[in-house]
Amino acid sequence: MIFLKLIVTNLRRHRIRSFISIAGIAFSVAAMLTVVTILQGAIGMFSGILSSDSEIIVFERNVSDLFFSNVPAAAVADISGWPMVTHADPVLFGIVSSADHPIITCFGVTAADARIRKATWVAGDRDAFAQRGDDVVLGERAAEFLSAKLGDHVPIGHGVFHVIGILKTANGFEDGGVFMPLGAAQGFFHKEGTSSVITIKLRNKDDAAAFKAMVRAKFANLIGLEDAEFTRSYSQFKILKATAWAVGGCGLVLGGLGVANTMIMSVFTRIREIAILRVNGFSQLQIAVMIFGESAVVSLVGAVLGLTTGTCLLFALKLVPALHGYVDVSIQPVVMLIVIVLALLTGVAGALYPAAYAMRIRAVEALRFE
Amino acid sequence: MNLTNSQAGTSERIVLRAVDVWKSYDDGAIAVLKGVDFSAAAGQSVALCGPSGCGKSTLLHLFGGLDAPDRGHVAVNGIEVNRHRDLLRLLRHEVGFVFQLHNLIPDLTLEENCLIPTVAAGVGHRAAQARLHELAERTGLIHRLGHRIQKLSGGERQRTALCRALMNRPKILLADEPTGSLDEHTSGAVFDLLLDLVATEGVTLVMATHDRGLAARCDRLLEMHDGRINEPVTA
Repeated sequence: MIFLKLIVTNLRRHRIRSFISIAGIAFSVAAMLTVVTILQGAIGMFSGILSSDSEIIVFERNVSDLFFSNVPAAAVADISGWPMVTHADPVLFGIVSSADHPIITCFGVTAADARIRKATWVAGDRDAFAQRGDDVVLGERAAEFLSAKLGDHVPIGHGVFHVIGILKTANGFEDGGVFMPLGAAQGFFHKEGTSSVITIKLRNKDDAAAFKAMVRAKFANLIGLEDAEFTRSYSQFKILKATAWAVGGCGLVLGGLGVANTMIMSVFTRIREIAILRVNGFSQLQIAVMIFGESAVVSLVGAVLGLTTGTCLLFALKLVPALHGYVDVSIQPVVMLIVIVLALLTGVAGALYPAAYAMRIRAVEALRFE
Repeated sequence: MNLTNSQAGTSERIVLRAVDVWKSYDDGAIAVLKGVDFSAAAGQSVALCGPSGCGKSTLLHLFGGLDAPDRGHVAVNGIEVNRHRDLLRLLRHEVGFVFQLHNLIPDLTLEENCLIPTVAAGVGHRAAQARLHELAERTGLIHRLGHRIQKLSGGERQRTALCRALMNRPKILLADEPTGSLDEHTSGAVFDLLLDLVATEGVTLVMATHDRGLAARCDRLLEMHDGRINEPVTA
């Protein structure tokens, strides 16, 4: 109890300095949590698009981005006929733009695609999809920012399209996207006869390995991956995740420097006090534990404050109309755990030098200073 | 061992001994102790008198293992004090320190300050509390246990420091000008208490002091001058 009080006493003694350190850790943790959660949410949404009513994605081998993938229509026709396949849906991804909105995701899909079949239609008739080449269906948010209603004609890219439906979806990309008939999208993006991916629904999930082996055997330039496998291995996702953790990590390093500064000052201002403890039998280890304890308290309080602030920030971002569907506030426990552990490690790292200094304080010299 | 300067009685058990101890600072530029021989028997009170800078405090630091001699030997209960071996055991169980300044931690209460040595030594809470209450009763501090150090008078602070030094029942109490910061009246009262406690606890007291009146009340008075214990004086 006294030991704990010794740890807390010094933090209370220099409240403002302690608060600044805690705030530094808290902001770092909040930044890391926010960036990681938003990017993981974005990755989750993109994965959600790909795994919509499917278990496997087939795309061009060794492409850095699915937008560059070209899967020939012949492969779609072939795979659709395989006995273990329930349905194979070609999807063409593209980026289109309109006035004031330079980036709108476009999905070229068939009428049989789950995105069309199973979506909630706010307006329009799903059976009308793909009847005409200039028909498009808008996500609800896309309709909002394009100020488009059912039956309107909207300029998208170099064309003008007729809005025949508006979809409501929880997925931010889809909700802010444009759905075109596959053929129209192929023409629009000059990718006739190809799609970006084929999403595969199997009759039996246990056939996944056999399916992937068949893709490998029959199409040298294509690869089939299960959804989870794709999410793990897709290089864009890896880059995004690495970026998120790196940005958060930089924040924590800054927070750690704050802790280091506080702990150094904490040790320097009570050299005599540490000497007194040594004279009264405190070991070097007990002194070090005391210093690390202080930094751990700073880090833990900072982490808790940061998690709370980060969560509030995510909820606030979720309310921003422009970000609707992009922010997933369901923070993964593993992310919280990693953030707390990183904050603690940062605190420990920040206290390394101060603790080493405190351990080396010689009582006899320190006590000479009045 | 040559104990020519100040030899304790041969029939008494020697608990503290220094043989030909030398100590200097600044790479030998400042020689503080120049071949000190010293011994103290169990339960004895020994006063070290001498001018400032004669080496009294340095000698006490060597006795407590806070510093190491350049040459010579210091032994507590027959075991040589080595800064890197058994030092913690020495500080936790064998010796207690009282300084001129009380050296208490101001943000803690009297009780918490006194319990610090028991925390260091891993003494159980119940035993530590029992010892604290015993010492607090005897020093008249029992009603002040929960008070912060800032609320205590100078005499109370020094009595608290005395309690803290005795918490783990050390065999030797090293007191460096323990009443040096107190007025005459308080100084006398604290010293009475100090002598009473060391007598009843059976503790060996080695005290550095300028106050010859107080020093004369110890069992032995040793005069230090220029880094040497020059002559034993029987009090």
